[in-house]
Amino acid sequence: MATDHSRVAARFMISPAVLLLLGWMIIPLSMTIYFSFLNYNLLSPGMEEWIGFTNYEYFLTDPAFFAALGNTLLLVGGVLLITIVGGIGLALLLDQPMWGQGIVRILVIAPFFVMPTVSALVWKNMFMNPVNGLFAHAAKALGFAPFDFFAHAPLFSIIMIVAWQWLPFATLIMLTALQSLDQEQLEAAKMDGARKFNRFFHITLPHMSRAITVVILIQTIFLLSIFAEILVTTNGGPGYASTNITYLVYAQSLLQFDVGGGSAGGIVAVILANIVAFFLMRMIGKNLET
Amino acid sequence: MGSIKLENVSKSFGTVEVIPPLNLDINEGEFVVFVGPSGCGKSTLLRLIAGLEDVTSGTISIDGQDATEIRPARRGLAMVFQSYALYPHMSVRKNIAFPLKMAKLDQAEIDRKVNKAAEVLNLASYIDRRPGQLSGGQRQRVAIGRAIVREPKAFLFDEPLSNLDAALRVNMRLEISELHQNLKTTMVYVTHDQVEAMTMADKIVVLRAGVIEQVGSPLELYRQPANKFVASFIGSPKMNFIDGEAASKYQAHTIGVRPEHLRFSRESGPWKGVVGVAEHLGSDTFLYVTLEGGEQFTVRTVGNAEFHHGDVVYLSAEPENIYRFDENGLAIK
Amino acid sequence: MLSNKTDYRKLLMTLLAWSVGLLIFFPILWTILTSFKTEADAIASPPLFLSFDWTLENYTEVQERSNYFRHFWNSVVISLGSTVLGLLIAIPAAWAMAFVPAKNTKNILMWMLSTKMLPPVGVLIPIFLIFRDTGLLDTLTGLVIVLTLINLPIIVWMLYTYFKEIPGEILEAARMDGATLWSEIIHVLTPMALPGIASTMLLNIILAWNEAFWTLSLTAAKAAPLTAFIASYSSPEGLFYAKLSAASTMAIAPILIMGWFSQKQLVRGLTFGAVK
Repeated sequence: MATDHSRVAARFMISPAVLLLLGWMIIPLSMTIYFSFLNYNLLSPGMEEWIGFTNYEYFLTDPAFFAALGNTLLLVGGVLLITIVGGIGLALLLDQPMWGQGIVRILVIAPFFVMPTVSALVWKNMFMNPVNGLFAHAAKALGFAPFDFFAHAPLFSIIMIVAWQWLPFATLIMLTALQSLDQEQLEAAKMDGARKFNRFFHITLPHMSRAITVVILIQTIFLLSIFAEILVTTNGGPGYASTNITYLVYAQSLLQFDVGGGSAGGIVAVILANIVAFFLMRMIGKNLET
Repeated sequence: MGSIKLENVSKSFGTVEVIPPLNLDINEGEFVVFVGPSGCGKSTLLRLIAGLEDVTSGTISIDGQDATEIRPARRGLAMVFQSYALYPHMSVRKNIAFPLKMAKLDQAEIDRKVNKAAEVLNLASYIDRRPGQLSGGQRQRVAIGRAIVREPKAFLFDEPLSNLDAALRVNMRLEISELHQNLKTTMVYVTHDQVEAMTMADKIVVLRAGVIEQVGSPLELYRQPANKFVASFIGSPKMNFIDGEAASKYQAHTIGVRPEHLRFSRESGPWKGVVGVAEHLGSDTFLYVTLEGGEQFTVRTVGNAEFHHGDVVYLSAEPENIYRFDENGLAIK
Repeated sequence: MLSNKTDYRKLLMTLLAWSVGLLIFFPILWTILTSFKTEADAIASPPLFLSFDWTLENYTEVQERSNYFRHFWNSVVISLGSTVLGLLIAIPAAWAMAFVPAKNTKNILMWMLSTKMLPPVGVLIPIFLIFRDTGLLDTLTGLVIVLTLINLPIIVWMLYTYFKEIPGEILEAARMDGATLWSEIIHVLTPMALPGIASTMLLNIILAWNEAFWTLSLTAAKAAPLTAFIASYSSPEGLFYAKLSAASTMAIAPILIMGWFSQKQLVRGLTFGAVK
């Protein structure tokens, strides 16, 4: 619905964004691919040589890779599960008539404003520390031995921290979706004799499917590259117990200066992300139409 | 100033030809109405004239000059949109002044013209409000005001009254007609409502599937419809049709009779039928009659006619007002 | 006052919601409280809630020790800079996608979003090396460029969804009224989409402010924003709870305050424009 003149203008207007993103994607990515075939360490410059798939072999057969892959999936899946279920619950609660709804909403949203490094440090030291953390105090008060979260359940602890950060987002999306639900539909269901439980599963939940899709899509994008929380709490340890792919590649390239190995890892991460993206995009394609 | 000529104009979206090549002359000062059912291409045709869409082929000339390649703003036309398309963040004054500001007129000149338009359209009392604070009718006036200040060669209206309630629509119809009388500027008006077309137009263009079915004055279309489509589209309630034996008596494939041209009696007549619903409007009565052959007929009669569901009536047509059509639906002269 | 069932229900819900809300907010509240304690009070057992000697000492000490204001300024520059730059690039693109859609518009949009899925580690090394060789490493310019690029898809997407809500007829009216493309965008589209643009802006300021992969990988000292400033507390200073809390409070306060003042737009923005 437009003229040739406006179509030409449109192409002109869209090109800076497209070209920049294309450059951002293609230039570094092709360099990464090239490096991944080299024996290239920043500590020994000028010694680069072509070694084919050796870096990939090392990376993919390294037990650390499988640990990191599993951790990545657990991290993403765990946080998604907690935030979606918790988000729906919180949204249902916040949607009830109450006094001071606006303030409660701000309280609930607040964790989203906290930068990852801050929330990780605060949780690690002031809550989960086995000596002086609040949880330790609470355990002692109840007569239990304090639990050393990061020594015994590092990944679980990180999942909790990240879930706390993303719960506000999920809640907000769910709440917005909930508020757009046509009340007459619920009233019609009431007239048709559906009980509260059935109304939720047959009307409210299907109405929120789009919102759930959005939460999954956007959170997955961010959760796949969780980094700072791991860096400031566990440094990926103990061992590789809390290392995800992102952290593994970071450690390999910027801590061990193994550019070749790190690049191979980066490419593997890109491929894995593409697999996830493929399924996500298909899901959105179905759910985000219209 | 203000004649528009379309020569072999056609429009396709992708492979779909929504308007096959057509020719049309709009004369200076004329009020031309494009009418047709929804999806007939009337709005597209208007947008082609406006320059909001490119023609696929053919030429559009305005005042004898080829305007086919000219940008919308340079064609010297003003348009009133269905949704009014007022700028919600600007006051009424700024809305009306916008085209003048874009034309880089000096402020004094802009003020003078805006005030004059406000006076003509009676919108001075709300000139500093925003569109969101106005009623539908007031918004409509502002949209017209924004068109007037440009002193265009022609006005284009795209179903401007369809968002108003029935009473307001009648009022605005009169106001637009009056405006045309005063300004004497060419107006091209798109509507799906044949009443609007009949009451406002100097010239009606009936469209179906992108094809011009007939062009003529309201009464020409009423009296001499070129085909069954025009015959049934113009006039309210719709013309009744009957084919078969009854039609062949008149050497036609189909004959048509308008509801207002039917006579009826309780005793005898050529077509016997039973009254289904009788609508008593006071001034008129509409009877919906099912004939023996199964045809549905609408009859318009005087307000005090006492008919009820189930009554048997005999209908006959005024002989001078029978329309005859051949098997292709074309009128037989 | 609580005369009927509805009121009791409302009271119950209010209590429940406030408890949950405070529970979720508690870590932030506790951090803010601890920042005003002495180090001794901060680790007192049992923990002190309000009955301690309030002090501002930690704040002055943090500023003296690690120059908070320089990091604060770096954060401001990179989040505002990348957001404004991103908007300048994204507004025309979103205009084109929303109002002159072509067959491949949906695909371009999906492709843009998919670049967001490109794991940053996939391009970390080349960017690091390019930055090192061009002198962009540890500079604000470098960070602004990177953050603009990584948030661009989200800005385009959000603006696109907001622009789609604006009826095209209004832009056509402007075109008929003689507006050029630029005046159409500047005088009509931008003011009409202002709430949406504001939401987009706020969300992106927050995302940039809190971005912690690139800001940690590409800075050392000079251009380090608050994310890096805080990361330096990971150990062993992390055991000084009061100072850690003061530093944390200072790092998150600007965003918390901004969020408080722009609630409505922000809440809209936090949904990424994806649900209505």
